Amino acid sequence: MEKLPVILLAAGIGCFALAGVVTGYLPLAHLSRIEVKKLEEIVTEPSYEFTDLSRRYPEAFKKHYGEPTVENYRRALRLGRDVYIAEACWHCHSQYVRPVSSEDRRFGKVSYAAEYMNEMFLPHLFGTRRVGPDLIREAGRHGNDWHVAHFYEPTMVVPTSVMPRYTWFFDGDQPNEKGLAMVTYMQWLGSWATPEAIAREEASRAKAE
Amino acid sequence: MSSIVTPLVDRRLVRAHLVAAFVFFFIALFAGMLYSLQLGRMYPFPGVELLSAGRIRMIHTNAVAYGFLLNGFIAALYWIVPRLTGKQVLSRTLSWVVFWAWQLIVATAAGGIVLGYAQAVEWGETPTFVDPFVLAGAALLIANVGTPILRIATRKLYVTLWYFSAMMVWLPLTYAMGNFVPQYFVPGAGGAAVTGLYIHDLVGLTITPLGWGMMYYFVPIILKRPVWSHTLSLVGFWGLAFFYPLNGVHHFFYSPIPMYAQYGAVMSTMAVEIVVFTVIVNFFMTLRGQTGLLRSNLPLRWFYTGMVLYFTTCLQCAFQTTLTLQKIIHFSDWVVGHAHLVMFGVFSFWILGMIEYLWPKLTGAAWYSRKLSVAAYWMCTFGVVVMFFDLLVAGVVQGYLWKNLAPWEQSLVTSMPFWHVRTVAGTVILAAIMLFAYNMWMTARRKGAAAEDGALSSITAPETEPQTAGAPVTASSALAGS
Repeated sequence: MEKLPVILLAAGIGCFALAGVVTGYLPLAHLSRIEVKKLEEIVTEPSYEFTDLSRRYPEAFKKHYGEPTVENYRRALRLGRDVYIAEACWHCHSQYVRPVSSEDRRFGKVSYAAEYMNEMFLPHLFGTRRVGPDLIREAGRHGNDWHVAHFYEPTMVVPTSVMPRYTWFFDGDQPNEKGLAMVTYMQWLGSWATPEAIAREEASRAKAE
Repeated sequence: MSSIVTPLVDRRLVRAHLVAAFVFFFIALFAGMLYSLQLGRMYPFPGVELLSAGRIRMIHTNAVAYGFLLNGFIAALYWIVPRLTGKQVLSRTLSWVVFWAWQLIVATAAGGIVLGYAQAVEWGETPTFVDPFVLAGAALLIANVGTPILRIATRKLYVTLWYFSAMMVWLPLTYAMGNFVPQYFVPGAGGAAVTGLYIHDLVGLTITPLGWGMMYYFVPIILKRPVWSHTLSLVGFWGLAFFYPLNGVHHFFYSPIPMYAQYGAVMSTMAVEIVVFTVIVNFFMTLRGQTGLLRSNLPLRWFYTGMVLYFTTCLQCAFQTTLTLQKIIHFSDWVVGHAHLVMFGVFSFWILGMIEYLWPKLTGAAWYSRKLSVAAYWMCTFGVVVMFFDLLVAGVVQGYLWKNLAPWEQSLVTSMPFWHVRTVAGTVILAAIMLFAYNMWMTARRKGAAAEDGALSSITAPETEPQTAGAPVTASSALAGS
């Protein structure tokens, strides 16, 4: 118990590996029954909000994304996710709804494992702190204009906000590539679990039966 | 350079690591200050991309972990390991290569974060292109400091070396797992389970073993008596090794991570608390009859204050990790308070205590001012305790506001006074560390001229305190013989 080989093998490797198996590998094996999807598989058409951005900010949109096609939508989503990481948004906003503390009433449907099994959650962005609200049910909660104003100067729409300004998402008064991507990403988060989406899915399931 | 004139410890190197630690300490404290000003809506650089509060927050945590704490602990390794083994590190040149490489890595990581290349791993925001270099740097360090331990591998090791050598296995494994698995291989909840492991292991299997290893070395030396119970030392070490890494998932309770993993994390977190209790008992029994030293001996005071706060934070952890409390306090400032108590109140206190003990030996001059040292101690203690309770209460208030479905903005408005108090507490800490650094500077300057003249003698002079260095060896051999 006090000699180097025992410490290195039993404590160093043994205990680490045990924990790796119990709290890492087992959950992973459990979850691996759910197929991991590429963005191409889960996003097959541009969202309403993405198309809407092309109408509200036609010049900026034309310049940075061209047409609101599904390919450009995916590009915006990936860039939005990357900006979200670069700005460490996840330090103040979580991305999962817990089944406790009235969270389903505040945010929406409780998070479930399958919705994270795609490339947009590699790396996952669960977060551990909420200074601002959770964002995994953000889609459709606010309009595009709200988001644009909010990124430029949060206190314009939420007077008590403590969120920083993200003026580098803008060229002058128009959202730039990053700004459009961020709004697109915000409007995508949880778009598969809005009340409408859930109702649609239930209706189609009922029809199938 | 013959072995007769080469001292066991490269003092200039230890000093260099401590100075580097302090440079990053200031960066970390200023970054933390800036972020707290953001929450108080007093941010001085709004709308400046490279000084965005979100990026500055990552500078705060990373400069603390990799810049301050690890530099401090590396200094401890270079001071302690050769003394406990009686062997030199692998190579002095390598020591300096590692020193500069490490500073470069931390600075590059900070630069990368500011420029927008951060990685989405908590405590591992180091950009992905820096990660391999961190691992390489750690490998070189481990080769360097591990060699003397390897050379006495057949002997029974002293407690400190159990912690240090196990850490040398844990650090690279933890870092590789946490930075690569969720980033490249496992999405969603599975990735979160691994991230939880990483967050927890970085603290529990790197910082904690380094910290306790240090305590097992310095406390017996200062008290001039061996650690009270060898059995409890064994329980403490093996308990930490077994239970600590099982805790990871407790960072994501009520998430889509399978529930059995979450229940397991609750149980093992409570087990850790029992283990911690044995270690604390061991150290306080070692102190028995000599508590008066806490008044006269400042290093000891830093160490034991840190231990009291360690016990507090671990006890708190055993409660906050219950699924009942998690409903309210998760996502709130409660956890932030907990983190500050651990990282500042415990491990930073221990490093400051170590500097308090080592600095006169490293500079060859007595402390410039004891009053400044005492003032720094009280200001740090005051600052961290106020910050801790402030954030604790803030967390509970936030948790209930969220649960009661108050508008989200209400939680911001209600938090504001708490956040202002936190800023004030942080300012006190920053001022304390400034005093501490000023004291270090003046102490070094006192001896400055003489030391420069005696550059040769400082290399050739034998270690000045073989008596003290002998203490833990005796302690260890006494323990080994029992």
